[in-house]
Amino acid sequence: MPLILIAALPFLGALLPGVMIKAGRNACAWTTASVTLAALVGLLVHAPKVLAGEVIHYRLDWMPVVGLNANFFLDGLGFLFALMILGIGLLIIIYARFYLGRQDPMGPFYTYLLLFQGAMVGIVLSDNVLLLLVFWELTSLSSFLLIGYWKHLPEGRQGARMALAVTGTGGLALIGGMIILGQIAGSYDLSVILTQKEAIQASPLYLPALILILIGAFTKSAQFPFHFWLPHAMAAPTPVSAYLHSATMVKAGLFLMARLWPVLAGTDAWFVIVATTGLVTMVLGATIALFKDDLKALLAFSTVSHLGLITMLLGFGTPFAAVAAVFHIINHATFKAALFMTAGIVDHEAHTRDIKRLGGLRHLMPITFVIALLASLSMAGIPFLNGFLSKEMMLEEVARTRLGIPLLLPLVVIVAAALSAAYSFRYLGHVFFGDEREDYPQTPHDPGFGLWGPPAFLVALVVLIGLFPAAIAGPLVAASAGAVTGGDLPYYSLKIWHGFTPALLMSVLAVMGGLMLLLFHYPLDKRWIATRRPEAKVIFDTVVALCVQVSRRITDVLHPGSMTRYTAIFAITVLIASAVAWNSSTLAAPGRELLPVGMVGVIGWILIVVSTGILVVYHRNRLLSLILLGVTGTIVSISFIYFSAPDLAMTQIAVEVVSIILLLLALNFLPKSTPAEGGVERHLRDVIIAGAMGIGAMILTLAIQQSDFSQPTISAYYLENAKTLAGGYNVVNVILVDFRGFDTYGEIIVLGIAALVIYALTEQLLGGRVGRKLADRPHDPTLSGDLHPMMMVVATRVMMPLALMVGVFIFLRGHNAPGGGFVAGLVVAIAILMQFMASGYDWAIARQRFTYHGIIGLGVIAAILTGVASWLFGAPFLTGAFAYYKLPLIEEFELSSAMAFDLGVFLCVVGAVMLALESLSRLARRKDDRTRTHPMDIDPSRTEDEPRPVPPGTAPAEAH
Amino acid sequence: MITMALWFAMAAYGAALLMNLHRILKGPGVGDRILALDTMVINFIALIVLYGIAVGSSLYFEASVVIAMVGFISTVAYARFILRGNIIE
Repeated sequence: MPLILIAALPFLGALLPGVMIKAGRNACAWTTASVTLAALVGLLVHAPKVLAGEVIHYRLDWMPVVGLNANFFLDGLGFLFALMILGIGLLIIIYARFYLGRQDPMGPFYTYLLLFQGAMVGIVLSDNVLLLLVFWELTSLSSFLLIGYWKHLPEGRQGARMALAVTGTGGLALIGGMIILGQIAGSYDLSVILTQKEAIQASPLYLPALILILIGAFTKSAQFPFHFWLPHAMAAPTPVSAYLHSATMVKAGLFLMARLWPVLAGTDAWFVIVATTGLVTMVLGATIALFKDDLKALLAFSTVSHLGLITMLLGFGTPFAAVAAVFHIINHATFKAALFMTAGIVDHEAHTRDIKRLGGLRHLMPITFVIALLASLSMAGIPFLNGFLSKEMMLEEVARTRLGIPLLLPLVVIVAAALSAAYSFRYLGHVFFGDEREDYPQTPHDPGFGLWGPPAFLVALVVLIGLFPAAIAGPLVAASAGAVTGGDLPYYSLKIWHGFTPALLMSVLAVMGGLMLLLFHYPLDKRWIATRRPEAKVIFDTVVALCVQVSRRITDVLHPGSMTRYTAIFAITVLIASAVAWNSSTLAAPGRELLPVGMVGVIGWILIVVSTGILVVYHRNRLLSLILLGVTGTIVSISFIYFSAPDLAMTQIAVEVVSIILLLLALNFLPKSTPAEGGVERHLRDVIIAGAMGIGAMILTLAIQQSDFSQPTISAYYLENAKTLAGGYNVVNVILVDFRGFDTYGEIIVLGIAALVIYALTEQLLGGRVGRKLADRPHDPTLSGDLHPMMMVVATRVMMPLALMVGVFIFLRGHNAPGGGFVAGLVVAIAILMQFMASGYDWAIARQRFTYHGIIGLGVIAAILTGVASWLFGAPFLTGAFAYYKLPLIEEFELSSAMAFDLGVFLCVVGAVMLALESLSRLARRKDDRTRTHPMDIDPSRTEDEPRPVPPGTAPAEAH
Repeated sequence: MITMALWFAMAAYGAALLMNLHRILKGPGVGDRILALDTMVINFIALIVLYGIAVGSSLYFEASVVIAMVGFISTVAYARFILRGNIIE
């Protein structure tokens, strides 16, 4: 199976659970399991080659320009992790089927789980660091969903948020580190980066890159001081904890360190940072774990501790330590996932996971007891179980490594190992041994096979690896450790008896110490509870609250919802920016004469100055403001014509009309006057800002009009090439649909989305309380009763075909003369709006055969098809083509691909304008508005005995 | 001759525009203002046509057609707003 498919299968499969849940919970679980099984089989097919040391590649260029390619590779390390992710994933899926209660929605659970699985597989198979980062973020997001799966529990939501905040921040650091790494190595492909050890370690950027990458790895793998999120993530359902927090996600950080081990490890910085962090985490995690009463919290901190152990081994930087680390990754995944599952079984059966309320379960749950016994003894490091073997290797390496003063490291590690043994024994002793208790919330008993089968399978591995390490795990360890060290492996032997070595002595000391600690657990526990400790959650919450407060401060100043404030901020920013630009560059001397001012120009100037001046005075009267705005808009359009831009003028006037309609529709529901606000000082401040802005704009305009640009403008290029390259004489239109067609393509899509959003918001509003209130509002008796005057109806009916014809005309000639799809769309939309206003909503909508959504969609599809069509000719997206034809009777005409694209623009504009305005006008509909069949208030063709329709809002007395 | 006629016409329409502005400012009613705005647009159309004749280009004629066709819609909208509040019902 191609590697990309192994990574993609879980993502594709994530669509299935939501569908299959309709067929029942078993079908849903089996479908999910079969997806994972398929990916697992696909992976195992590669096993012989990978175990023989071969590396399998799969390359797919995605965005080669930025170095982001969908390249995957499978070596021993990736194989080991993928095997754990898919193998344990399969067991978890089975376990979760029986663990989840009746009230837990199963479809979303399996969807999240598969998304997470796909992201994890993606991380371990990626051969491109940018791709790896994408998957890395996906694991953070999908684990957020999984941890917060029990949405009704506040701990679940808070834990999920904390995990996302910590791992997400780490992910940001990782992005920085990886990009530096890629820059040093000259490629973002891992297989290239891994060959650049000398270049990377010699680079001055090595240390920043190392620290950033380690922050990413440490946050993910819950290393001190970022360890605190993991215990809080235990609010997740136990299958999630068993999967994410034992076998997979927390190992992603370890994976990253192991993956980059060949290039990053071996320096002093690496040794000091990684080994020390690992050591501290190991001791700290083990200490806290011993005193946790919640079964899952105990396991969570023990996981923190073991992750610290593996980190420390990777930090040593020796090949032997790397082998030990890889071996412990395998062992830890098996026994810890099994332990989490037994904790879940206890919780599921006894309805509590408080160790102080548990005890004597060995008689009540014999099967669970055996599983827990073997798994926790392995965790404690007892011989004949796999945990012993890797711990021996770790101790052996520690015995010959020196950190600081001699003997310090071995002593600290013995303490940590003793603590580790102690909490393992506590898990057994305080839960399964001891007196049988009577006060369980529910009398526990062994669950069905579905729940104990998966952990039993893992425990079988624990025992088998413990007994026959070389036979069972040997090849996998060799292949994956070989991939980590990237070269020859040191001498090591996976066997139980190595003779009387220092490691054995340390191991014995640790186990004895563990037993002693458990013996004295009661007094120690009292002492622990009495001590004041820094509580991570409190610190985290304080930091978050502080961040929120600071952000709120900033937001309150910059984003208070006041238009005045926004305009002021905008104006000041522009003023400062232009002042800087003005002062830091030189202006060409004025080289052009100003044109003489004609009489008409003076009149236009008077009109616009007076109307805007009056607007300032009367701005509280909103309708009057709109009328004055109409004056300004018209003069702006006219001045476009005067300055030889007739197409701009046409567009401007059409946009004016549409926006006036929009504003009037809105004003219907708004107060008709603006309240007076602020004192003299505020007005003075506003006058100064506005005045400075106006004067600045004037200076700039004068400067532009009098002198040339310092650089040649691009206009000349367009003017020269519009005809030869795109076949059009209308340069503006050619730029829109051809030269910069891709921009237009994006813009029409945005336009369509905006209209759809307006529609959706209106629907939402009308469906709720506001909608009912609007529909029930009383009629205003002061309004005119003349809803649809006959003159208006007739006039617009006559105008309709004319307007449509003009629209078609403007559209067709757009490529060569002023016009085009955008203006034509506006003209046609206005023609239709005319009918809405004159003949009424019901009458017009009844004659509407296509929905506006569909028209927008058609427009976008037309644009896409035009773009895609150029692929057929081997040209890039949206490449234009044109030709001139001659038919009898009519003049020579042009056919170009841009025309099809322009059609898309046209349809989008018509659809978007109509959908937006129609949605807004629906707000004004009342409940008692009858559907009207006549366009006019008076039906001219009526006979005398038919009653006249009564317009709503008029008094009944007028109705005859 | 035609130049003089054009100038005269332009001056006349310019004066009309100023009077329109006067009406918009003075009112007294909203109806007066809307009508003045509508008239202003019509006068502008006339000016565009005249200007087109003056520079001898048909483009201005077309622009004036479009303005004439869509320009009155905002007048209708203002009027409907005053009469009914809701402009599409």
